[in-house]
Amino acid sequence: MEAIVSQLPIGLSIGAVLLLIALGLTFTFGQMGVINMAHGEFIMAGAYTAYLLQDLAGREAVLVALPVAFVVAGLMGLILERTAIRHFYGRPLDTLLLTYGVSLVLQQLARDLFGAPNVQVQAPTWLQGGFGILPYNRLFIFALAIGSVVAIWGYMNRTSQGRRMQAVMQNRQLAAVSGINTGRVDQRTFFIGSGLAGIAGVALTLIGPVGPALGTYYIVDAFLVVVAGGLGQLRGAVIAAVALGLLNSYAEFWTNASLAKVIVFVAIIAFLQVRPQGLFVLRSRALT
Amino acid sequence: MTTTVRNLVQLAPPRPGGSWRDRLRGPAVFVLIAVLALVVAPLLLEPFRLGLLAKYLCYGIVALGIGLAWGQGGMLALGQGVFFGLGGYSMGMYLKLHDAGGDLPDFMVWSGVEKLPAVWVPFENPVFAIAFAIIGPVILAVLLGALVFRQRVRGAYFAILTQALAAAMVILLVGQQGLTGGTNGLTNFFDLFGQDLAADGTQRGLYIVVAAVLCVLYVVAWQLVRSRFGRLLVAIRDGEDRVRFLGYNPATVKTVTFAISAGMAGLAGALFVPVVGIISPALLGVVPSLELVVAVAVGGRFSLAGAVLGAVVMGYARTSFSEEFADGWLYLQGALFILVMTLAPKGIFGLAATLRELVASRRARA
Repeated sequence: MEAIVSQLPIGLSIGAVLLLIALGLTFTFGQMGVINMAHGEFIMAGAYTAYLLQDLAGREAVLVALPVAFVVAGLMGLILERTAIRHFYGRPLDTLLLTYGVSLVLQQLARDLFGAPNVQVQAPTWLQGGFGILPYNRLFIFALAIGSVVAIWGYMNRTSQGRRMQAVMQNRQLAAVSGINTGRVDQRTFFIGSGLAGIAGVALTLIGPVGPALGTYYIVDAFLVVVAGGLGQLRGAVIAAVALGLLNSYAEFWTNASLAKVIVFVAIIAFLQVRPQGLFVLRSRALT
Repeated sequence: MTTTVRNLVQLAPPRPGGSWRDRLRGPAVFVLIAVLALVVAPLLLEPFRLGLLAKYLCYGIVALGIGLAWGQGGMLALGQGVFFGLGGYSMGMYLKLHDAGGDLPDFMVWSGVEKLPAVWVPFENPVFAIAFAIIGPVILAVLLGALVFRQRVRGAYFAILTQALAAAMVILLVGQQGLTGGTNGLTNFFDLFGQDLAADGTQRGLYIVVAAVLCVLYVVAWQLVRSRFGRLLVAIRDGEDRVRFLGYNPATVKTVTFAISAGMAGLAGALFVPVVGIISPALLGVVPSLELVVAVAVGGRFSLAGAVLGAVVMGYARTSFSEEFADGWLYLQGALFILVMTLAPKGIFGLAATLRELVASRRARA
């Protein structure tokens, strides 16, 4: 019983980080059919942004780092979308391999710029300590994830840009003939999605060291969240991320770390037997 | 099940047109390359280079499977390393037990294991070990394929799932130190069927075995692609729903193909271990699996020859390039990859076709 309680914040914060990462993936995947393997490197970029800002402004810089990392990672995503990915729409498997190449280059670039060893970002003093069994840094990550989900929900449902984004996601061609500039919408989605990865990167600096391979540890799990939650589904991503985070941490606790991933994998396969397209599905009569 | 596999394995009727010269060109080139690989290379190359070539040919066998599953069947399998590893580990377990000669393998003693784990016991038998190296991956692939394809999970979803499988497999292997040798994997093999593994003669023999296996599997895969089964596979790649409407069951065809490619990867792993002398989690995780797919894409995924050649050439490029500048390799690999995907999505082998299309579309526009 005690274990159930003590693992809860760990599982929830894994879920929160996964959610921040998966939000970007689920929209770029759902809207554009792009499997962005370089998304992990946007996380890394966000984390290194926090590291650099700490050097400049001291350890209280987290709040500044969040918007800066959002913009840095977002711009990286935008550049990637403009220069390469837009030529690949409709070929998801090719984007996977293309962005994998990009991710290799970015990782090596980070290694050359910041060195191969991990660096540490000091959490600000006001995030030290905790509230009962909940450490402040994990609480901060929950808050970040909740804030992002609310912001995305608001964007999608309350702004005209967000509605256009939904329209493109539901039916690209119909959206285009209704006068929506789908290319512009794609750029925005990519910017926001990548930016969220940057925020996830800053969040990760609060609970661990930063290294060039930071993104690779999370990208596979984040994709599993997308698969389990359903493409482009905000609700699905939230539920799947939390479930996967909890499953991960409890499986690790009750068996051991090496079996946990296998259990998660089997659970996902079993889940897909019931819901092959994830938790929530955008209904469509289109054939492949 | 509407599809019986038997009537699918027949050769498809020959395509109309094409003189006998055209039809003989493929087999002639194949025989030429097979002779080069099987006879000329062992005579000309020094043992060290021959050993490297044997390693690349092992990757070539995996690539052949990827070419079949991805190029022909459209199933982007990002976890072939798992099957490669299953094959490699079962061979490694046999070699380890054989070297230990009734005692516990060395790494088990170091990690404080006292009794041989039950999983290891059957691997004392070489026939079982080699059979399992192929059958193990096939069973896993059939299980995964049947569960996934039956539910019409495909495309990117399938790619992500296989990648997750590779990630899980690595963590599992690393975690079970006493059972699998952990991060170090299985290494320090000395003896294969009474032959000293370090001897030049043994390595040359192993090279010939690897090259022969690759040639045989290539012919099998080639005939499979030419058969009705192969036609169906390509049809599923290009329009799965339409094939279903015609009364075939795409899930069966895809599962069988995926299983074949897994069996190939497993056999490649089993050959890889005596050639290279090690099998470890670092050789079969997400990154090595992806690198093989990359190699296939660079070579040309739509042709089996392109897939194999891609793996061999990329393996060679990797070794010779990272001898010179270790860090530059990742840049080069990444850049090569971006270039190939943007400029020549059909790979080097499909370059001619890509150029032809380009010219045609230019002309059409003009």
